[in-house]
Amino acid sequence: MPQFGSEIFLVIAHWIRGLLGGNTLAADVVMNIVKFLMIYIVLVLAVCVFVMMERKVCAWMQLRVGPNRLGPHGWMQIIGDMVKLMGKEDFRPDKVDKWPWALAPMFFLGISIMVFAVIPFGKNMVPVDLDLGIFYIIGLSALSTLPIVTAGWASNNKYSLLGGMRSVAQMISYEVPLVFSLLGVVMITQTFKTSAIVEAQQHVWFILLQPIGFVVYVISAMAEINRAPFDLIEAESEFGCGYFTEYSGLRFGLFYMAEYANLFIVAAVAATVFLGGWQGPFLPGWLWFAIKVLFVVFLIMWFRWTFPRFRVDHLMHFGWKVLLPLSLANIVITGIGIYIYQLIYPGIGG
Amino acid sequence: MLRTEELEINIGPQHPATHGVFRMIVKLDGEVVTSVEPKVGYLHRGMEKLAESRTYPQYIPYTDRIDYLAAISANISYVQAVEKLMGIEVPERAEYLRVIFYELQRLASHIGATGFNASDLGGLTPFLYCLRDREKILDLFEMTIGGRLTVNLPRIGGIIEPPEEFWPTLQKFLDEMPASIDEYNGIITGNEIFQARTKGVGILSKELAEALSITGPVLRASGVKWDVRKNDPYGIYDRFDFEVPTGETGDCFDRFVVRIKEMEQSLRIIQQAVKDIPEGPTFAKVAKVVKPPVGEVYHRIESVRGELAYYIVSDGTTKPYRLRIRGGTFINIQMLSRVVPGWKVADLIAILASLDIVLPECDR
Repeated sequence: MPQFGSEIFLVIAHWIRGLLGGNTLAADVVMNIVKFLMIYIVLVLAVCVFVMMERKVCAWMQLRVGPNRLGPHGWMQIIGDMVKLMGKEDFRPDKVDKWPWALAPMFFLGISIMVFAVIPFGKNMVPVDLDLGIFYIIGLSALSTLPIVTAGWASNNKYSLLGGMRSVAQMISYEVPLVFSLLGVVMITQTFKTSAIVEAQQHVWFILLQPIGFVVYVISAMAEINRAPFDLIEAESEFGCGYFTEYSGLRFGLFYMAEYANLFIVAAVAATVFLGGWQGPFLPGWLWFAIKVLFVVFLIMWFRWTFPRFRVDHLMHFGWKVLLPLSLANIVITGIGIYIYQLIYPGIGG
Repeated sequence: MLRTEELEINIGPQHPATHGVFRMIVKLDGEVVTSVEPKVGYLHRGMEKLAESRTYPQYIPYTDRIDYLAAISANISYVQAVEKLMGIEVPERAEYLRVIFYELQRLASHIGATGFNASDLGGLTPFLYCLRDREKILDLFEMTIGGRLTVNLPRIGGIIEPPEEFWPTLQKFLDEMPASIDEYNGIITGNEIFQARTKGVGILSKELAEALSITGPVLRASGVKWDVRKNDPYGIYDRFDFEVPTGETGDCFDRFVVRIKEMEQSLRIIQQAVKDIPEGPTFAKVAKVVKPPVGEVYHRIESVRGELAYYIVSDGTTKPYRLRIRGGTFINIQMLSRVVPGWKVADLIAILASLDIVLPECDR
């Protein structure tokens, strides 16, 4: 039974390929389109779940009920929100820089979707099993600062500009500890390939081997995706909305969706690299993956609704003077650990 | 030609963080504030001029609207000023009831201020925990007079007698409140991020506070032990045993902690009042048509936000000749243009939140 559950998507994919004529070029192209559609559907469903989860979790922590009118227990609220956003007038403020302003949210979402190509959703269920999996993820997360600064600049608005600048400073500062925390795991497994990293966690999850790495990763990731306590860009009490002040309607919807897509990515990478990916007894692999991702997302939401916000210079101080030395220390310890391990068990690794 | 300029922005009348319609013109050099110019007056309703065409009892509901988060303090101050002018002695039970309601109102307002302070800095959850406790107090008010926010409770010569259910509910609230204060201390005061945002930020020195005639918790946080309830007692405050908490440095954190400590002292006062309250009438004998003798009176109380004082000039008719309100907030706002320059924008919000301003008191 577990075997069947894990294999079900692979069986469907194999059947579709059979319909298209086996291993031809045309079949490959169509299969890639099918994979993209699958990722997109999973992403949209996940965003819906996360938005509702956020509002309900937030409400329960604040002794409230949260949305409870649309649908059973309010689960259709997201559909109401999306319909409302689609129904808004799509205006463009007069003096914005037309093309960068319009393209920024699309690029932001596009880059987020691109990361999903290397996430292992289950056994043998990586859309594109690149040898450079982790490297690709890090490169794309660095690239995602660009649409933000574009949106801030093109909006022709002092508040947006300030928000965009602060955001870029924050994201770049926290890239470095993020990368170093993942580097510890890469040193242990000696590969960038995401499916190999998951396979290597058969006996012990890397969160136990790299606890500091996990903590640094979660904190840096929260700063990367601009979530509280690092959300000074969207600080509602300070500057309106930061870099997406001038967007309304579905353009804002794209930014909103991209924020939750980023949350999904960060949680998916955490689940893959530290929590053993799709591995687990009894249940199919992709179900375990979903459970782990939901757990990390809950953790991140919990942090958001508990802590006040950082000030921008505290944020920089924390990133450069606390997290970076911590992650460097983690690498040193990991290196020493690997060396000792190879002395005790010669022939492993190398 | 490349040059750096100062950015002049408007933290405008409509803003989630300014606690009302309050406008600041802020000049920024990057992230650092170089000057702040507060612009008040968006909520001016001519309260003082209105008083000249209302009789003395008619004006009591207007005083609620002077400070909507601490309505009873504005009410009681006005009523006591008129009683002073007319020479009326209020019965004992009424005095004790006034003290109880007054301290309950102080608690409600400080609970709200704590919540707003935390939510302005980004911690949106403690705000709702604070509101939950404030609801209990507002229920007590509603039980007595039907109003929650603008209560219109005292009358010239006495106060409304609360119903029977008031006393057990009050006792239950007094028993539960210390646990809530511990909760606030745990989630806000002890939080590292909150402390980093407020400790050492926006220091108001003792000399500057005294020079600007700042009053209330803001003054006490700067180290000056001045509380009108102790230094110039009115009503029966000299019978109660309570402390006046002060801070040491005058930063935002001290202002916050002084309010929390004042909450504890208020609980103490209410417990003493509930124990000592005598039976008796709650109204003095006052003529139906209130006509104070010709004269003037200046009466001040320790309101929640500072010193709230009324200066009433009577010309012998049923309506005052001139009524002047000295609100604490109008004078406390002065410190912004002197203390904020040199700090960052996020600190501006933190300092503003720690001042606990209420615009009606500022603009009247």
